Amino acid sequence: MAKKIDVPFNGTKEQEAKLRAALAELKETHGDNGLMIAALQKAQEIYGYLPEQVQHIIAEELDASPAEVYGVATFYAQFSLFPKGQYKIGVCLGTACYVKGSGDVYKKLCDTLHIEGGQCTDDLKFSLDATRCIGCCGLAPVMTINDDVYGKVTPDQIEGILAKYN
Amino acid sequence: MVHLKINNIPVEVPEGSTILEAAKAVGINIPTLCYLKDINEIGACRICVCEVKGARSLVAACVYPVNEGMEVFTNTEKVRKSRKTTLELLLSNHKKECLSCIRSTNCELQKLSNEYGCDENRFVGAKSEYEEDNSTSYLVRDNEKCILCRRCVAVCKSVQQVAVIAPVRRGFNTHIATAFDADLAEAPCVACGQCVAVCPTGALHEREEIDNVRDAINDPSKVVVVAAAPAVRAAIGEEFGNPIGTNAEGKMFTAMRMLGFDKIFDVNFGADLTIMEEAHELLHRVKHGGTLPMFTSCSPGWIRYIEYYYPELIPNLSSCKSPMQMFGATVKTYWAQKEGIDPKNIYVVGVMPCTAKKFERTREHENASGYPDIDAVLTTRELAKMIKTSGILFNELPDTSFDDPLGQFTGAGVIFGATGGVMEAALRTAAEELTGKPLESVDFKEVRGIEGIKEAEYDLNGVKVKVAVASGLTNAKQLCEKIKKGECDYTFVEVMCCPGGCVNGGGQPIQSAFTRRQVDLRAARAKALYDEDASSKIRKSHENPAIHTLYKEFFGEPGSYVAHEILHTSYVDRKHKN
Repeated sequence: MAKKIDVPFNGTKEQEAKLRAALAELKETHGDNGLMIAALQKAQEIYGYLPEQVQHIIAEELDASPAEVYGVATFYAQFSLFPKGQYKIGVCLGTACYVKGSGDVYKKLCDTLHIEGGQCTDDLKFSLDATRCIGCCGLAPVMTINDDVYGKVTPDQIEGILAKYN
Repeated sequence: MVHLKINNIPVEVPEGSTILEAAKAVGINIPTLCYLKDINEIGACRICVCEVKGARSLVAACVYPVNEGMEVFTNTEKVRKSRKTTLELLLSNHKKECLSCIRSTNCELQKLSNEYGCDENRFVGAKSEYEEDNSTSYLVRDNEKCILCRRCVAVCKSVQQVAVIAPVRRGFNTHIATAFDADLAEAPCVACGQCVAVCPTGALHEREEIDNVRDAINDPSKVVVVAAAPAVRAAIGEEFGNPIGTNAEGKMFTAMRMLGFDKIFDVNFGADLTIMEEAHELLHRVKHGGTLPMFTSCSPGWIRYIEYYYPELIPNLSSCKSPMQMFGATVKTYWAQKEGIDPKNIYVVGVMPCTAKKFERTREHENASGYPDIDAVLTTRELAKMIKTSGILFNELPDTSFDDPLGQFTGAGVIFGATGGVMEAALRTAAEELTGKPLESVDFKEVRGIEGIKEAEYDLNGVKVKVAVASGLTNAKQLCEKIKKGECDYTFVEVMCCPGGCVNGGGQPIQSAFTRRQVDLRAARAKALYDEDASSKIRKSHENPAIHTLYKEFFGEPGSYVAHEILHTSYVDRKHKN
């Protein structure tokens, strides 16, 4: 089950006006072909992610049902239903890191933060994503928090690392 | 025409036919799961795969068009193996409660697995875990039994146009959900149950109320009254192996008695009563400049549709309660008084072709006596299940009749179960009220039949009445849009939420996709009702003697103060509620 999104929605009137204008333009240029994906991309560009309220606006403008919009938004990995946290955590699940145990690190992060990959903590502090190879396999398993890189990470180090950001 | 060979048998079929259709023409069935004629044609499940000479891989017969000179093989070793593996993969992620599942013996997945001799444990691996959604009073969704065929999604979108469910996420995590994975109770679902009617497995079913009904029957302090909707008698026989379109009314009454119900009344009586009130309301609106067109209000799915999607048209809805609710309200007021029974000791069970009725009975203002008008709603399927588990041999029962007085009904009440029936019944009564003369013919054939939208115009003693009849929400939506834009000048509009009306409701016996391809359920079941109407002695609601007595002894006139208090209701704008 998807985590219930408890993050407060802070969209502005300006963002909504911008989205509605963009959708009107897309309808002109796209016809029905791939309109939904283009609309979701535009919305994510404006808001950074796709909160429920924004999906409702898209449904209304595109004469689709919210369930259909949600279906497309959850199908593609490029769309995020959660905002990114103040600290963006990335865990490399590329082959080398995975073999060296990054899967356990990833799971430990999920358990500690009570979120799944792609999600954000309710206080907007941390978000978690699985990444592809980031090019330092010698340090495997690798995890990043914003611009900080941590190599040879083990699950029992996680709490200590996170504490630095609290 | 295109010429091809299927299993070496030559066949000629119209261009554009699929392999599936061509095979049927030579007496060959190709199994399907996701395919639902005209509604879901996506070739996704791969059960219908066949070999085509020269083709690189197996093709999906349900969507693959035939070509000149094509050679198709529907039953080779390769084909059978592929189908069997597909079934075993589906079973590997299926909640296998087949012994007790609500759809056991009427499940398309079970039937195919049995035919192909599948090993349900051939593939053992991760299984999806979903909580059962039983947030509503009418429907239960169990995604662990879902095979992702998308038949429910297709019917919700293309037939009913509400699309409250869709496939979400992807790969192993794909599942059918409402927007934002909310409970169904939070979604603008109209409760029609068409998704249940097309589900091949037990993933979707009504919220059963059989136990509550049995408890009431076993409670010596309760007088338990049962009444079936018009459409139930036209379909319940199917549950006992009778042909589609069998009218099993007499056996149904007998079975109800044997189940221990104290009084066998009939919602057809409620239908006649509805006509009295609705025809009166219509004429009142016409004469006094009320909101027109007036919409019928018998179909609770249609009511929910207006409340969620067109709240601005709420004033057009007749204030009449549905026949079921009118019936229940009358039992607990008039009949209770007459019999000297405290309404709190009366338990009224409606047997309905409908899932939305399970919601309707919980609406506000549906408790005229101070107690709920209706205490429980069983679908046609649930009544059949009660009959089966009570050891009653339905087909061997003698025919019996309803109990007086609230069982009496006319042909007009019977046809409520088919699209156009309410309109025709109302016209019979309104015409005679306006002209003061008996009708030469009571048949208003223009409003009969299964077309999505029917229109007609009548001159009733100088009063021009323009009517429209729609069934299925796709058609209802078209009418609503036209009315909103002021593009039509109808006086009276009948809408039934389900295509073809109640005979094809979400609570009716479930027929497989295969049967639905061979028989038009809507027409076959409706015929049973029109035949009963044609052979009825009394065919106009206002000539029902029990209705006469009821008005004389209790309500006074249609539309009277008492009638308004007991038989009418109000609606809520659900679109802007949050």
